[in-house]
Amino acid sequence: MIRLENITKTYKSGETVTKAVDDVSLQVEKGSIYGVIGYSGAGKSTLVRMVNLLERPTDGKVFINDIELTSLSTGKLQKTRQRIGMIFQSFNLLKTGTVHQNIAIPLKLTGVPKKEIEKRVAKYLEIVGLSDKRDAYPSQLSGGQKQRVAIARALAHEPEVLLCDEATSALDPDTTESILALLEQINRDFGITILLITHEMHVVQKICHEVAVMENGKVIEQGRVVDIFSQPATSTAKRFVQSLFQDELPEALVTRLKESGQIVNLSFIGERSGSPALAHVSKKFDVYPSILAGNITQLKDQPFGRLVVHLEGNADETNRAVAFLEESGVVVEGYVQEVEAHVS
Amino acid sequence: MSAKISEFLDLWGADIWKAIIETFQMVGISLLISVLIGLPLGVLLVLTRPEKALENKVLFRLLNAVINVIRSIPFIILLFFILPFTKMIAGTTIGVKGVIVPLVVFTAPYIARLMESALLEVDRGVVEAYEAMGVKTRHIIWHVLVRESRSSIVLGLTIATIGLIGATAMAGLVGAGGLGDLAYRYGHLRYEVDVMYVTVFLLIVLVQGLQSFGNSLSARLKKD
Repeated sequence: MIRLENITKTYKSGETVTKAVDDVSLQVEKGSIYGVIGYSGAGKSTLVRMVNLLERPTDGKVFINDIELTSLSTGKLQKTRQRIGMIFQSFNLLKTGTVHQNIAIPLKLTGVPKKEIEKRVAKYLEIVGLSDKRDAYPSQLSGGQKQRVAIARALAHEPEVLLCDEATSALDPDTTESILALLEQINRDFGITILLITHEMHVVQKICHEVAVMENGKVIEQGRVVDIFSQPATSTAKRFVQSLFQDELPEALVTRLKESGQIVNLSFIGERSGSPALAHVSKKFDVYPSILAGNITQLKDQPFGRLVVHLEGNADETNRAVAFLEESGVVVEGYVQEVEAHVS
Repeated sequence: MSAKISEFLDLWGADIWKAIIETFQMVGISLLISVLIGLPLGVLLVLTRPEKALENKVLFRLLNAVINVIRSIPFIILLFFILPFTKMIAGTTIGVKGVIVPLVVFTAPYIARLMESALLEVDRGVVEAYEAMGVKTRHIIWHVLVRESRSSIVLGLTIATIGLIGATAMAGLVGAGGLGDLAYRYGHLRYEVDVMYVTVFLLIVLVQGLQSFGNSLSARLKKD
């Protein structure tokens, strides 16, 4: 379990003081996959690096399994860090070492017996699917393979927690998929708690149980992934969800359609993704629904569908239709045109 | 032709051989000691920088200043300038033994600089990954910093060794001998040009060989 309590990190350069992370508290339950998402500069990288104290928080406490890391001596911190694995965007392997050496050297340096080292190297290379690359150097591997070596290196310490600092950001989409699948497998098979940071909503959608959205050093929204997907509260969270669905409508169309009814966002979660709620609406009320955009995607544990629907009819009828939809378990939100352009 | 060569060898062979041995002694011993001093100094220069593991402004600035001062002094001046120090350390100021101290004082700071620039090339992320795995700083120095920069370190040491060979030429001034001294005394002062040509040729072969060896070793150690 990871617990951050009121973590703050400020940087001073001359007169200016920058708050990279501003009073963040969050808790990652044992065995879960927790995602922190944000645009670049949101402070998420600083946040994850404070979990193992690669950066020391200016203020606040870090707990891993109820051990307060922020209070440990250097020696004890080093011991505790051996139980916290970390993988990086740039892999950070020894260029001068073979795959085998890259996994074995850190084990040797942290006092693992020789026989045990050989066993673990073989075991974790097998898990990441690189047993045949044992004697290759990193320069002979692809990006995805390098990240697999880094994952094997982290796993070989048999950690309870794995931190992922933009671990898939340097990889192509196919490779990203396979690395995410591997992380999910590790979480499932070894019960390792994973805290990952990313700027891709896709990553959160694929493997996370819970998510926190960061902006300007603060966590502005956090909760179960399915809740953030169906009812994003902040405009940043909305944009991240939007980035997956691509259901933005042309402004002229929105203006025109609003004259003859309302436009609503409907979110269907889990089993309800399949229920014919819209069909009922058109039968029960004097309303003509037409689908403007829609998509169904697979969240970690359940399907999630989203429709943008135009309900043509007078205000009374459409309001009753909306109420009916809400009763039948569909999350309904008025459609809001995103006008502000975002710079990422 | 061959008669001439054997005549030359009869006359100068022993002197040249002795000079070669002296050069190798001077270079070998002072290089070894210089590396033992220069490598840790280079590591300190890297680690005491702002935001590095052993950040220490005072030590970093002091080291920088001392190294710059020593490196400003030409070897021939340094040789005489530190005579009392040499006497104190080595017990003598003449012969091979007497010249080792100034050669080390001259070379160690140079090696420290070369090591510093080699170590600075190491990717910070790898060091961080090892810190994150709970590896001790002293292990990181050897198994990450030095290991990852070993190719550049070899190139740096090649440069330092060749510089050291040049410096030993001046060692003749305190009676330490060596190839440079032989060329100067017999070749220049006594107009035995044959001796000068042969010694210069030997020096060229030596330097060429060293550089080629350094280059190929460095290339072999580099894995990217």
